[in-house]
Amino acid sequence: MNAPAGSLLTAEGLRKAYGPTVALDGADFSIHPGEVVAVMGPSGSGKSTLLHCLAGIVPPDAGSIMYAGRELATMNDAERSALRRSEFGFVFQFGQLVPELTCVENVALPLRLNGTSRKEAERTALDWMGRLEVDDLAGKRPGEVSGGQGQRVAVARALVTGPRVLFADEPTGALDSLNGERVMELLTDAARSTNAAVVLVTHEARVAAYSDREIVVRDGKSRDMERAV
Amino acid sequence: MSIGHTLLGLLESGPRHGYDLKRAFDEKFGHDRPLHYGQVYSTMSRLLKNGLVEVDGIEAGGGPERKRYAITDAGITDVEHWLATPEKPAEYLQSTLYTKVVLALLTHRDAGDILDSQRSEHLRSMRILTDRKRHGDLADQLICDHALFHLEADLRWLELTAARLDKLRAVVAK
Ligand SMILES: Nc1ncnc2c1ncn2[C@@H]1O[C@H](COP(=O)(O)OP(=O)(O)OP(=O)(O)O)[C@@H](O)[C@H]1O
Ligand SMILES: [Mg+2]
Repeated sequence: MNAPAGSLLTAEGLRKAYGPTVALDGADFSIHPGEVVAVMGPSGSGKSTLLHCLAGIVPPDAGSIMYAGRELATMNDAERSALRRSEFGFVFQFGQLVPELTCVENVALPLRLNGTSRKEAERTALDWMGRLEVDDLAGKRPGEVSGGQGQRVAVARALVTGPRVLFADEPTGALDSLNGERVMELLTDAARSTNAAVVLVTHEARVAAYSDREIVVRDGKSRDMERAV
Repeated sequence: MSIGHTLLGLLESGPRHGYDLKRAFDEKFGHDRPLHYGQVYSTMSRLLKNGLVEVDGIEAGGGPERKRYAITDAGITDVEHWLATPEKPAEYLQSTLYTKVVLALLTHRDAGDILDSQRSEHLRSMRILTDRKRHGDLADQLICDHALFHLEADLRWLELTAARLDKLRAVVAK
């Protein structure tokens, strides 16, 4: 496969079926470092499946995915999960913070899993929480903060390892429009400052307006609107 | 927007010269579209004729921009009335996009393509507004939000129509 020049993550001809349900039917995708690409399309069209394939969470039935010059399919499970831990960050609709840990412990968690010392991990975590304007919540547990605050904590956690790709699936889906926009502003600012690429699945136009370009997924097929024109 | 009422409203806090009125208007409401001096003069002479303003003084040097205008009691009543009258919501019943979609279906063209390109065009505008909002002050944010919410409404209609294209195709074919 020929990845577009300078692209960080590229997929071509992705197919994925769940039993009789075809979730992806020849989807393509590519993203450059520092780029924010919105993935739009109707419910059930295959957006989340595309994101899961791109992130190496779900193996496609066919097609190829190249990340930084390497084909994901040729990696073994351990290599793929190492890639997810160190190069990718994730934010989902519901923050998925660990309820027993404080916010700063949640943000520090990915670093701890990579073997960073507690002190060092929490120092970096606090720094990221500051950038997302939630450092004052460090000692609170997720159950004690608002939805919008929790989502910012989740964004800090996703960015704490300095990922090169941030995968966000409806990151503002559970927030009102003011909170959603603040999260988008902080998320895109933070990603731009580290030149991370952002794959942003959303059905909301106001959220997609924070992207640099969009692709539309319909019936498992993708359409790159920039290249279409 | 009614330029006359807006200029009148600006005069209510105190008399202003023509050039000062233009500057205040541009600063607060002009944004992309500053007033021409010609618009200011023609509007002010209409307001004068209708007794809603009066000339309160003329600066040395001549020229209409040197005139100082003051609002009259009739002018204040007029502003009051304008502010209290709700704007009629736009009806949005004549949609070019709807017409295009139906014609595409009638002529067996790809209506989905039309909707996709329109979404893309709308998003282009929304990105510009979002960016301006991000770097602007509160006034910019409110003005951009107004436009963003309207564009968003169009897009919601567009998604709904995209989801109903098969049904619409069947209806159109009859
Ligand atoms: N784990 C799974 N098992 C079985 N079917 C699945 C699974 N995941 C997704 N699907 C099916 O694949 C199709 C695409 O689903 P996907 O979650 O990718 O859609 P989506 O575009 O993210 O939708 P939404 O906007 O509702 O989140 C759907 O028909 C869905 O039911
Ligand atoms: Mg989904």
